[in-house]
Amino acid sequence: MEKFMLIFHGGSDIAPEMKSPEAMQKHMQKWFAWIEKLSKEGRYEGGEALLPSGKFISGKNKVVTDGPFAESKELVGGYFIVNAKDIDEAISLCADYPDFIYDGKVQVRPVQKIDM
Amino acid sequence: MPDKANIDTVIGHLFRHEAGKMAAVLTRFLGVDNLDTAEDLVQDTLLKAMETWRFRGMPDNPTAWLYKVARNKAIDWVREQQRKTKHSKEAESTTTVEELFNEDEIQDSVLRMMFTCCHPSIQTESQIALTLKTLGGLSVAEIANAFLTTEDTIAKRIYRAKEKIKEEKIKLEAPGVFEMPSRLDSVLHVLYLLYNEGYHSSHGDTVIREDLCAEAMRLTYLLIQHKSTNLPKVKALMALMCLQTSRFASRTGDLGQIILLEDQDRSKWNQDLITRGLNFLEQSSSGDLVSEYHVEASIASIHALPKHFKDTRWDALVKLYEILNELKPGPMTSLNHAIATGYAISPEQGIIELEKIESLKDHYLYLCALGNFYLLSGKNSQAKELFEKALQKTTSLHEVELIKRNLEKCSEF
Repeated sequence: MEKFMLIFHGGSDIAPEMKSPEAMQKHMQKWFAWIEKLSKEGRYEGGEALLPSGKFISGKNKVVTDGPFAESKELVGGYFIVNAKDIDEAISLCADYPDFIYDGKVQVRPVQKIDM
Repeated sequence: MPDKANIDTVIGHLFRHEAGKMAAVLTRFLGVDNLDTAEDLVQDTLLKAMETWRFRGMPDNPTAWLYKVARNKAIDWVREQQRKTKHSKEAESTTTVEELFNEDEIQDSVLRMMFTCCHPSIQTESQIALTLKTLGGLSVAEIANAFLTTEDTIAKRIYRAKEKIKEEKIKLEAPGVFEMPSRLDSVLHVLYLLYNEGYHSSHGDTVIREDLCAEAMRLTYLLIQHKSTNLPKVKALMALMCLQTSRFASRTGDLGQIILLEDQDRSKWNQDLITRGLNFLEQSSSGDLVSEYHVEASIASIHALPKHFKDTRWDALVKLYEILNELKPGPMTSLNHAIATGYAISPEQGIIELEKIESLKDHYLYLCALGNFYLLSGKNSQAKELFEKALQKTTSLHEVELIKRNLEKCSEF
């Protein structure tokens, strides 16, 4: 099994549909169901949400500049670490990603592993 | 994260219910003038929960998580206001927001909010809308949908209610002992109407209707849990709601068609709710006062008890409708009284009683009741005429379908 990072861009945090507590909860439950499914299959290793703000540190002089880093629809809202055989399988795990309907995107990145 | 297998049952309507509680607590902390701010902070809190929980799952204690975030948001907001006015205003009370977020104080805040939303100087329809919005955690769109009206209409009702609270300087507090009975009446009235809207509306979407009923029951139950409002009348209303709800599943067929009491599959009635309803009804008899809720709950209990429709104690119902007519006179009470008489004595007597009611002559329910007694006394052609007339008086698909079924019976002989 390889590890992959699923990086979630945009999605329901910017969706205007989220006006009522019930609507928010219903949508969130789709995520819970997805995590539950991935966990049962031993795929879900963990995940976190990221705040929209942040800093860039760059150059020899370690210049610090402010985020946000992208337009809100491109903004990374959070990530998962999942186990999969290969990238194709990692992609197939995203079939249940609940935010496609809200123009959300998933970036799938293999975690580099060096065989020692 | 708790056991994920039953997350749906764990979480239920968590957001909606906690939204109501948090709005009440924050409004108490920030003052009723800042009701809108309180609602915004609650909305922000829930958004925050959604944004983080979806990546790492639900926390072990979701409620505590929400309260902590709401509390911090409220404190931040107050500090921000103080910075803007450039001097730290003396806190109006010594209570801090931390103290308000414990179980007893939350209940207390919700109770105060109920009395504020249902304040007698606010119009009834605005009371209902505001109660659903602030305490029920429903959005304007959801309320509009439930009441089959526009968002604009609901928004206006809520706006008017909030304006009234400002104009009249209505505080967020439960009434004192002297005021309590009359103020409680208006709260109960709102809960009763809310429940009825869910139970009787012709809304096709049963989920919405069940939600309204559940919300009314939840708030009524809250009144029972609180010692200052745990009065016999409240228990009677709770009994009525339990007994009515016990039949919810059997009242409609798979296609949403109406199934009358006579034809309902009584094995589908929720026995647990019937038992609870009967218990509440028994407890409600402790005072000297008999309210309309007592009588209506008794009526509901008489319908809930017999195993077969034919065993219904119609004579007892006739008497109860007579009492109800004194407490809550109106054509609908008279209609039910006449129907009970028709079954208790004879269809002919039912017809006589029905014909005494002047104001309902064009109502489809009245025409159907009359048609039914003509049918039962073998006068099919008169029955047919009445059902055909009833057909012109309703646009509801399910009601039309029900009347058509009756029309078929007219030609069966």
